[in-house]
Amino acid sequence: MSLLQIDQLNLAIHGTPILRDVSFHLDAGQIVGVIGESGSGKSMTAYSVMQLLPEGSTTTGAIRLNGDNLLDLSEEQMCALRGDELGMVFQEPMTALNPVKSIGDQVAETVRIHRKASRAESLRIARETLDRVELPADRFPLSRFPHELSGGQRQRVVIAMAIALRPKVLIADEPTTALDVTTQAQILKLLRRLVREDNMALMLISHDLAVVSDLADEIVIMKSGTVVETGSAKTLFQSMTHPYTKKLFEASSHVPDRAEAESRTAAPLLKVSHVSRDYALPRTSLFAPPPKFRAVNDVSFQIQQGESLGLVGESGCGKSTLTRAILGLEEVQEGTILIDGVPVFSGHQVRRDIRQKMQVVFQDPYGSFNPRHRVARLVCEPFHLLDRPPRGAARAEAVAEALESVGLDEADGRKYIHEFSGGQRQRIAIARALIIKPKLIVLDEAVSALDVSIRAQILDLLADLSDRFGLTYLFISHDLSVVRSITDRVLVMKAGQIVEEGRTDAVFDNPQHAYTQSLIAAAPRLPDRQEQKEVSQ
Amino acid sequence: MLRYTLKRLLSLSVSLLVASIIIFLAIEVVPGDPASYMLGINAQPDTIAALREELGLNVSAVERYVNWVSGMLTGNFGTSYTYRTPVVDMIGDRMWISLPLALYALLLSTLIAFPAGILAASKRGSVADTLVMGITQLGVAIPNFWFAMLMVLVFAINLRWFSAGGFPGWDGGFWLAVKALTLPAVSLALPQASILARVMRSALLDTLGEDFVRSARAKGLNRRQALWRHALRNAMIPVLTIIGLQFSFLLAGAIIIENVFFLPGLGRLVFQSISQRDLIVVESVVMLLVFAVVIVNFSVDIAYALVDPRLRRRS
Amino acid sequence: MAVSDPSLSEPGLLRQVLRSRSLIIGVVLSALFIGAALVSYVWTPFDAETMNIPNKLKPPNLVHWFGTDHFGRDIFSMIMVGARTSIAVALIAVGIGMLLGVPLGLASAARRGSWLDELIMRGNDLVFAFPALLIAIMITAVFGPSAVNAIIAIGIFNIPVFARLTRGSALSLWTRDYVLSARVAGKGALRISVEHILPNITNLLIVQGTIQFSLGILAEAGLSYVGLGAQPPIPSWGRMLADSQTLITLAPHMALFPGFAILLTVLGLNLMGDGLRDLLDPRLRNARR
Repeated sequence: MSLLQIDQLNLAIHGTPILRDVSFHLDAGQIVGVIGESGSGKSMTAYSVMQLLPEGSTTTGAIRLNGDNLLDLSEEQMCALRGDELGMVFQEPMTALNPVKSIGDQVAETVRIHRKASRAESLRIARETLDRVELPADRFPLSRFPHELSGGQRQRVVIAMAIALRPKVLIADEPTTALDVTTQAQILKLLRRLVREDNMALMLISHDLAVVSDLADEIVIMKSGTVVETGSAKTLFQSMTHPYTKKLFEASSHVPDRAEAESRTAAPLLKVSHVSRDYALPRTSLFAPPPKFRAVNDVSFQIQQGESLGLVGESGCGKSTLTRAILGLEEVQEGTILIDGVPVFSGHQVRRDIRQKMQVVFQDPYGSFNPRHRVARLVCEPFHLLDRPPRGAARAEAVAEALESVGLDEADGRKYIHEFSGGQRQRIAIARALIIKPKLIVLDEAVSALDVSIRAQILDLLADLSDRFGLTYLFISHDLSVVRSITDRVLVMKAGQIVEEGRTDAVFDNPQHAYTQSLIAAAPRLPDRQEQKEVSQ
Repeated sequence: MLRYTLKRLLSLSVSLLVASIIIFLAIEVVPGDPASYMLGINAQPDTIAALREELGLNVSAVERYVNWVSGMLTGNFGTSYTYRTPVVDMIGDRMWISLPLALYALLLSTLIAFPAGILAASKRGSVADTLVMGITQLGVAIPNFWFAMLMVLVFAINLRWFSAGGFPGWDGGFWLAVKALTLPAVSLALPQASILARVMRSALLDTLGEDFVRSARAKGLNRRQALWRHALRNAMIPVLTIIGLQFSFLLAGAIIIENVFFLPGLGRLVFQSISQRDLIVVESVVMLLVFAVVIVNFSVDIAYALVDPRLRRRS
Repeated sequence: MAVSDPSLSEPGLLRQVLRSRSLIIGVVLSALFIGAALVSYVWTPFDAETMNIPNKLKPPNLVHWFGTDHFGRDIFSMIMVGARTSIAVALIAVGIGMLLGVPLGLASAARRGSWLDELIMRGNDLVFAFPALLIAIMITAVFGPSAVNAIIAIGIFNIPVFARLTRGSALSLWTRDYVLSARVAGKGALRISVEHILPNITNLLIVQGTIQFSLGILAEAGLSYVGLGAQPPIPSWGRMLADSQTLITLAPHMALFPGFAILLTVLGLNLMGDGLRDLLDPRLRNARR
């Protein structure tokens, strides 16, 4: 008998079926990866195990922990299990901790709730647990508050809360999705170590095939509330009987077909020279000037016409600041940014003819559009930059052309944005960027929020558009695999500086700078299906 | 924490300074000369000049402002135009009716609102919740002075539990004075308690939906424990804001309610002074009320920092 | 990414029905009083200002539905005309608050962190320290009591309410990617405020407007009760209550009817505000995600 056995689990919320006949099991010391795209029901499976479902949920089937069906237990009995036998770690470490309580108190609370331990005793256990999750006492005393910690450190505190009593089962719901790749690698390593030490069962939920395949012993693939395939991690990717598994795997490692960029000798389209940008920090003294934080530090690079350049870095490295400066949304203190040889800022203004040459696609497909306007009006927004924007039939034609070029229909222009899915919205964002035929398109994490299968389609579209219209891309991302698949050259940014620059395959195959090496080493990798030997470390 | 307190103190002083300038300027623009008004139309020019000098009106506006402010700082609020007595004597006793009344009402409002709001939030959708929401809906809509009149009708005139008005003074015994302020305080407090209870409920419900409450539940806390140990303190931040705002409403309300209960407080003084054009009294009372409001808001700011560690960041 | 898991607290169906019922009751009550105010211009059972001393202090009867006051005036007619005063004062005061507060809030958000923002916000804080009554006291001390001064006092008090609300929601909209896109399309702060910010906060403004309207009616009643609002012979609910006070044992109907008029109007507006918020919110939530 397994430690945790999920049997024919069905879940409906207010009558809407969410899960159908979900069955899989976990054994002690085993890591089971649950993979699925959004709406697959993977998180709801986890909440079913914890019995922390939204109001109006009805479950049938069985979830057996050591043979006891959790669905039959009272709320009181479940409270006794949660935190003691069952631990859970959540996706968003920034909000998972109570901001007004110290980390020591929050970890100790797990102990105090379940054991008749004194405050001193539970704080002692909290200290031990924080040491176990590698938050040493000298730098992380129990009196620290969550806002004094980084995202990765907070996630360690959340893990400490979950494992303080050494539970038998730990559920981790997208535990590293909100974290940088190097932090992600450390957290995954920590989870693996804890599983070994405590002989715990770990249910690792993720949208990222690579993250799970690196770590899991067993893999469960979910889609639309059902389990489509399960198997051992070693063999599942070789066999892949279900077409969805195949599709998911292919989308995750998708490389769009692109025409090789011809090397040109013409003047660069974008030339960034010695750019620096400082931010004033809050004053520490009334008399001294406020301290400064240098977000971008002496950055220089250029992009040739028709080239696709990647800019990679972790959060806080300065890539967003640099992007805003290039787009003319924020001035820099030092250095120049030239588009076609003309500076972006003249005085404190950005000239319209400069803005005409570049457009942008942002990350969040939900926040990128004014919900009150129809798609046709949204797509036309950049016409504001033209001296004579097309009107009437010419305008309608331009909209139709832009929408059709991204694989949408002319009729879609009459709809509102909430009628579209995330992937379609990102296509509309691209149509908006294309409509004034700019030379440079800045793609700011443009595919990061999309499910892998949608992401693959958007990458194909971008490759196709650049071939057709000779577009130049500046592709900003934290995701190495995406940058690798779509760019010719890549810049690696760290702490405001560019630490490495080169042809994409050269940088990825043979990184020179220590930071690039650590980034590439930390990135989770998919198992190679065709057994090709690809050892690039 | 010290930095934060100093910063708040600085902004408090600036508020008071600006408020005093506004009040002073507002009274300045009133046409007519108080001295001639006080002495009537038949007064001799030299008598008027003498009185102007006595009242300190014969100097420039800037000097008068400085004199007014420095006077107030040393407890000298000037001389009433109507009664020729020091304003500070007129305000003195009356202040100790209006301010305690507002504070009493604030205390009652909090004591009623907290349990009601917490009950409604913790049993959301239950009969208790519906009841609290229904009663508070009425409480928010009821004009407090009308509610006071109804209370007088029921509890003073019909049941004779309380006297219908008047104030025996604090010298007549603490509890007697408190009893005299009870009906006014209750009628002030209930509408404000309704608002506060609704804010408390919705703040708690918002906080109960936060990720960290889910984390707490995953640790094995039941709903009750999650509410008391985690949600409540976080929900206090919006609640404190409202409490701060309510004090200024209660103070204003106290001035109105005094009329219903014939309480000799600042309200009656100020309305009387308005009708007698005794502007120096109006000026001083308004400044005093603003001072009380600003002090309470300062206390609320300090309370924020005690609740929320993010505000008392050490530098 | 799996960021769209349903939230852990979904309102039940029953609650939504109850809420829409509150909207219906609210609209009916508000319409009743606004209707009474409008009708009073063309018809009232009796003239609201004509005294008839022999007929004074009559309890409610078939002729005088709500009875008569100490001058023998018909209370029903006075309440109809008083609705006019209350609604006009509150409505104009909300209008002043919106007209000045919303642009100030938009400007503050568009220039966040600048001296202008700082000035507007500190100014707001200052006005917030003065309750409407204190402002009214200052104004009446200077200009004498009148309905216009009551409007100004309540209006001034409304400015920071709308300025804060506008600034707060506008600030969060300014960080939206669609605003960044508009900036990339070369649109200026004014145009973005009008085209992208304002339409997306109108719902909030409508809801807050209803709430401030009801607060305005309460404030007007309070001011006229202490004699700082509309002056006789203009009937107003607050004054009617002030007049009834000394006669409360003799003629309780004089106190009851105007009080209920205030209570029901404010209740109706509040219910309407709640109902509107629930009706408008889901769309807002979808749109904002």
